[in-house]
Amino acid sequence: MSVVTVSHAAVSYGGRAVLQDIDLDVRAGQVVAILGTNGSGKSTLIRTILGLVPATAGEITLFGVPQRRFRQWSRIGYVPQRMGAGSGVPATVGEVVASGRLARRGIFRPSGAGDREAVRVALDDVGLLDRIGDPVSTLSGGQQQRTLIARALAGRPDLLVLDEPTAGVDAASQDAFAEVLSRFAAAGGTILLVAHELGPVAPLIDKAVVVHHGRIAYEGAVPEPAGHHAEPGHDHVHPHAEAERARICVAPTDRMPAG
Amino acid sequence: MVRALVGALIIGLIAPALGIYLVQRRLSLIGDGIGHVALTGVGVGLLLHRSPVLTAVVVSVVGAIGVELVRERGRTSGDLALALLFYGGIAGGVVLVGLSDDSSNANLMQFLFGSLTTTSRQDLGVIAVLGVAVLVAMLGLRQALFAVCHDEEYARVSGLPVRTLNLLMAVTTAVTVTIAMRTVGLLLVSALMVVPVAAAQQVTRGFRSTMAAAMMIGVGAAAAGVCLAGEVDTAPGATIVILAIAIFLAITVGAATWQVLRRRVAPAHPQTEPPDVVLQTELR
Repeated sequence: MSVVTVSHAAVSYGGRAVLQDIDLDVRAGQVVAILGTNGSGKSTLIRTILGLVPATAGEITLFGVPQRRFRQWSRIGYVPQRMGAGSGVPATVGEVVASGRLARRGIFRPSGAGDREAVRVALDDVGLLDRIGDPVSTLSGGQQQRTLIARALAGRPDLLVLDEPTAGVDAASQDAFAEVLSRFAAAGGTILLVAHELGPVAPLIDKAVVVHHGRIAYEGAVPEPAGHHAEPGHDHVHPHAEAERARICVAPTDRMPAG
Repeated sequence: MVRALVGALIIGLIAPALGIYLVQRRLSLIGDGIGHVALTGVGVGLLLHRSPVLTAVVVSVVGAIGVELVRERGRTSGDLALALLFYGGIAGGVVLVGLSDDSSNANLMQFLFGSLTTTSRQDLGVIAVLGVAVLVAMLGLRQALFAVCHDEEYARVSGLPVRTLNLLMAVTTAVTVTIAMRTVGLLLVSALMVVPVAAAQQVTRGFRSTMAAAMMIGVGAAAAGVCLAGEVDTAPGATIVILAIAIFLAITVGAATWQVLRRRVAPAHPQTEPPDVVLQTELR
């Protein structure tokens, strides 16, 4: 069954075409990674799929329903790239994660025991249950990202959409995400994630889609590193938690298999 | 005197409940902005020989919705939009009042500063009804409003009616400020929306506790302020605001002192993330 289909979609910002002629199909249970360099349009693609950016052409369907008429937003869990800059008004980890229950509950019903339980389960899943009462501003960047993942998971979604979940995050947190995501996928969930580099998440990916200059340049298995990226001494500007393993990056110098 | 106290207490309770969302969205000065736009509404009312309060509410609602739509588009920053409101509001009010038959600027001043000590029973009734409506909306929709103010994009993907909630907050702010300012004055309403929240967030850890603490501080400042103003014979509105700011300063200094003392006694937080670089145990 198809979870997300995009056909011939195009997006433009202020007269400039950012995405053109995009076709994408994500089936239930798949783990799909959208790769590309900065500025390739990959974040815009998932924001368009989620309805945050209007598509100027083409069709998008979610769970078989055209996006315009889609209402079951509780089936989708969105994990944005970063928690917004604080305004000074504090919020605890528990409160942030609790807002993930609103899609399921609606705005008029008060929260109940079921909601509190779901928040605790989600925080336990990402390993932050002991910080449930702490202000989010006291958490590290990686822990804040885990809080955002817990928020998305609290609503028990069928599809998780993550925007660069590992960008600027410490290695231990990256490994923690990979575990959370693999548990979610093993339970039958569908994952769509945007990444610049895959890191510990690479083994989970069923299909990689590479966006380049606003078009799909490649679709298939995760591309092999090419050129100097394949050398054992290759330096990455992200931390490694354990000994060097082959990492995959998608940079303009990579040569993708002809497709 | 009792009526003044009750009026101030109600405002002290409901203003922070509304203000916490405004502070979270960095719109702390919007109370003042709307109050000044209301002056144009008063001018319209006097010019058209209609009830100035009614036209003031209508104009300030339109102004608040305008600020919200400008903010949503993202092209003009929030503070610039507010500045346009302020200056346009006062200028419009002065010009329109000047054009009307009843061209006494005294009308504008009374609207701006209110008269807490001459609150009538009818005024109090209106404030009470307003108070109940605001509390029901702001407390009942707390989770949804928090989600929208904390992360608007996530709220949108959750299927929440984001634009409706934003407009609800704008309209509630406009109605609250305009109706309350006639009684307690613009200074008091807009200050009590923001200062108790500022004081509470110095020491609280979560949103719910901040809201509760801010409401208590608002009520406390209002009660103490009216009593003190009665004793010392000062303007009650201004006294309440000064007390609220004094509470803010006291909490800030107290919290800072507590932190310094605690650091001397407690050890460093034991939980640390593992280092990302290999630490050299031997120095060459």
